[in-house]
Amino acid sequence: MSSTKPWGLLAQYENPATLTHACSRVKAAGYEKWDACTPFPVHGLDKVMGIPPTKLPWAVLVVGLTGSTFMLFFQSWAMGWAYPMIVGGKPLFSMPAFVPIWYEVTVLSSCVTAFLANWIMNGLPQPYHPAFASKAFERVTDDKFFIMIESEDPRFDTEKTKTLLKESGATLVEELEA
Amino acid sequence: MSTSTAVSLPNDPKLRGDVVLPEPLEGRELLVRGDHDFHSITEMVCAVNEAPILKTPNGLKFGIALAAAGAAMFGGYIGYLVWEGPGIWGNNNPVGWAWDIVNFVFWVGIGHAGTLISAILYLFRQKWRTSINRFAEAMTIFAVIAAGSCVALHTGRIWMDYYLFPIPNQMGLWPNFRSPLEWDVFAVNTYFLVSLLFWFTGLVPDFATLRDRTNVRWRRFFYGFLSLGWRGSMRHWMTYEKAYQILAAFSAPLVLSVHTIVSFDFAVSQLPGWHTTIFPPYFVAGAIFSGFAMVLTLAIPARHWLGLKDVITIRHIENMNKVILLTGSLVGYAYGMEFFMAAYSGNQYEGFTFLNRMGGPYWWAYWIMMSCNVITPQLFWFKKIRTNVKFTFVLSIFVNIGMWFERFVITVTSLHRDALPSSWDYFVPVTEVFFFAGTFGLFFFLFLLFVRFFPVIAMSEVKAVMPQANPHWEGYGHAAGGHDHAGEHAHDHHAAPAVGGVAGPAVATTGGHS
Repeated sequence: MSSTKPWGLLAQYENPATLTHACSRVKAAGYEKWDACTPFPVHGLDKVMGIPPTKLPWAVLVVGLTGSTFMLFFQSWAMGWAYPMIVGGKPLFSMPAFVPIWYEVTVLSSCVTAFLANWIMNGLPQPYHPAFASKAFERVTDDKFFIMIESEDPRFDTEKTKTLLKESGATLVEELEA
Repeated sequence: MSTSTAVSLPNDPKLRGDVVLPEPLEGRELLVRGDHDFHSITEMVCAVNEAPILKTPNGLKFGIALAAAGAAMFGGYIGYLVWEGPGIWGNNNPVGWAWDIVNFVFWVGIGHAGTLISAILYLFRQKWRTSINRFAEAMTIFAVIAAGSCVALHTGRIWMDYYLFPIPNQMGLWPNFRSPLEWDVFAVNTYFLVSLLFWFTGLVPDFATLRDRTNVRWRRFFYGFLSLGWRGSMRHWMTYEKAYQILAAFSAPLVLSVHTIVSFDFAVSQLPGWHTTIFPPYFVAGAIFSGFAMVLTLAIPARHWLGLKDVITIRHIENMNKVILLTGSLVGYAYGMEFFMAAYSGNQYEGFTFLNRMGGPYWWAYWIMMSCNVITPQLFWFKKIRTNVKFTFVLSIFVNIGMWFERFVITVTSLHRDALPSSWDYFVPVTEVFFFAGTFGLFFFLFLLFVRFFPVIAMSEVKAVMPQANPHWEGYGHAAGGHDHAGEHAHDHHAAPAVGGVAGPAVATTGGHS
C-alpha cells in the first residue's frame, strides 16, 4: 500500500505535558486538518489547538425557548379554549397553576437538545474511524495521548510531518490507511 | 500538603483508603490514594466489568440472583394487582393514600442525591464528586424506576394510565394542567429522562474504554454500540463538556423542582398536616438527606468488595456525612417548625393533627421517624464517628428507615383521623408489603447488573482530577525520561488547574513509597 497516500499520521505521546507541547508545535507549523485524542479533556489544550468555542449553547437556547413557549400556549389553549374547564374556582387562563409544567417542559426540551446536539455536532455515532485500525490507538481511552494529522491537509508531507511529530516528543508514529 | 507528608500510608490498597489523614495546611487532600497512574485507574475500575461471565465474583452472583428473585416476585405481584385491583391493599376510607404513595415519595427522594452529586456539586466544582457520581446517578435512575412503578401501579386501572399524558383523543379531552398530580407526571418523567441522558453522556467515554480493552466479541459489539464510536477527540471533548455543563445547569434546579412538585401533591390539598408552605424546602432537604444515606449504603460495601478504596476514600465518606449532617439538621428544624406553626396558627384541626402524630395511634411511627432522622445525623458532629466506615454504614441505614417513616407519618397519620370522627379508621398494610419488597428487588437487580457490566467509577473524570492530568505537573520532569519541559512553564496557558494544589513530590509521599 506504499504507493497510495495514507489517510494520515498518528503520533503517540505519553502525558498531557508532551502532548500540549507537541500540539503547540503542530499548530505553529500551520496544519489545519488535525486533531488530538485524549483519555480525558486536557485543560488548556483547546486554546493551544485553537479550537473555536462550540455553538451548542445556541441550539439549546433556541429549542429550549421554543419548547417553553409552546408549553405555556398549549396549556392555556387546552384548559381555556379546547375544553374550557373551571377547576378550583380558578380563571380559565390561570398562569400560576401552569408554571410547574411550563418549567418542566423548558428543562426537558433544553436537555434533550443538549444531549442530541452534542452527538450531532461531533458527528457521532461514527462506527468506524481510520485510527481504529491502529493497535496503539486502543490506549487512547486509557492512558495514552495522540495527535492525528490528515493527509488532506495542504501542508501534509509524509516525511516532513513524520519528522515534526517525532521531534515533538512522540514515542510512536504510524501511518493510517484510508 | 506539608502535614500529610508526616503520615505514611500503608501500601495495602485494602487499608489505605480508610486511613484518616490530618487536614493539610494548604490546598486539599489528594482525591486518589496510592501511587496510581492513569492506567492503573483503568485496570482497577474495569476489573469487575471484564471478568468472564462465569467468573463473576460469588457474592455478586448471589446478590444478582437474590435481587432477580425479588424482581420476579414483583412481576408476579403486579399480575396479581392488575387482576384483583388495589383492593388487595390495606387502604381504607379515610386512608386513601398509603404505602403506594409512601413508597413513591421514598424512592423518588432517594434519587435526588444522585442528581445533587452529579449536577450541583459539579457546578460548585467539588472535584471529590468524580469518584461517586456514577454510582449515585445509577442509583437515581433505578430509584426513579422504582418510584415510577409505585405511581403507575397505584392508579387501579393501569391500562388507563395513558390519560395522564396529553394525548389527543376522540373526546377532545386534555389532562387537568392545574392539578398537582399532573404536575407530578411531568416532573417525574422529565426527571427520569434528563437523569438518563446525563448518565449516558457521562458513560460514553468509559464505554469506549471497555470497548478498546476487550477481545471478547459480544463485549466489543455491546460496548462498541454504546460508546457511539467515541475516540476522545479534543474537538469532541469541548462540545461534550459544554453539553455536560448545560445538562448539569438544568438538572440542578430540576432536582429542586421535582421534589417541590412532589410536596405539592400534599401541600396544595386542604388537609391539616399537609397544607403547609414549609413542605417544598422540607421535602427537598429530606430527599437529599435520604439520598445521601442510600449512596453511603451502596458505596460502602461496593468500595470494599470491588477494591475501590483508593478512589472512594474516607474523605469522600466524611464529606457525604457532612451533607447528611446539614440536611438532617434542616429536616429536624422543619419538624420543629411544623409543630410551632401548628401551635401558633391557633387552628385546632392543625393542632390536633400534630398532637395526634406524637401521641395518637401511630405514635410508634412518629417516634421511629424522630429518633432516626433527628438524633442520627447529629452524631456526625463527631469526627471519630463520621470517619468511621462501620458506624457510617449503620447510621445510613437508620436514616433510610427514618425517612421512609417520615413519609408514612405525613401520609397516613394525616389521613386516618378525618374531620368527621365517625369515619376514623386505622390503616394496616396487607399485601403491599410484597409491593414494597418488590421495588427493592427491582432496584437492587438493576443496580447489581449495573455494577457487573458498567464502569462504576467515572474513569475519565477521575483521571482528569489527578495531579498528573495537569499539563504543568512537575512530576513529568522525572517521569518523562529526560524530556525537558522547562520551556513549558514559560508558556502562558491559563492558571494551572489547582488539583489539590499539590506538586509532584508530595504525591510520592502520600502514595506511601519513599
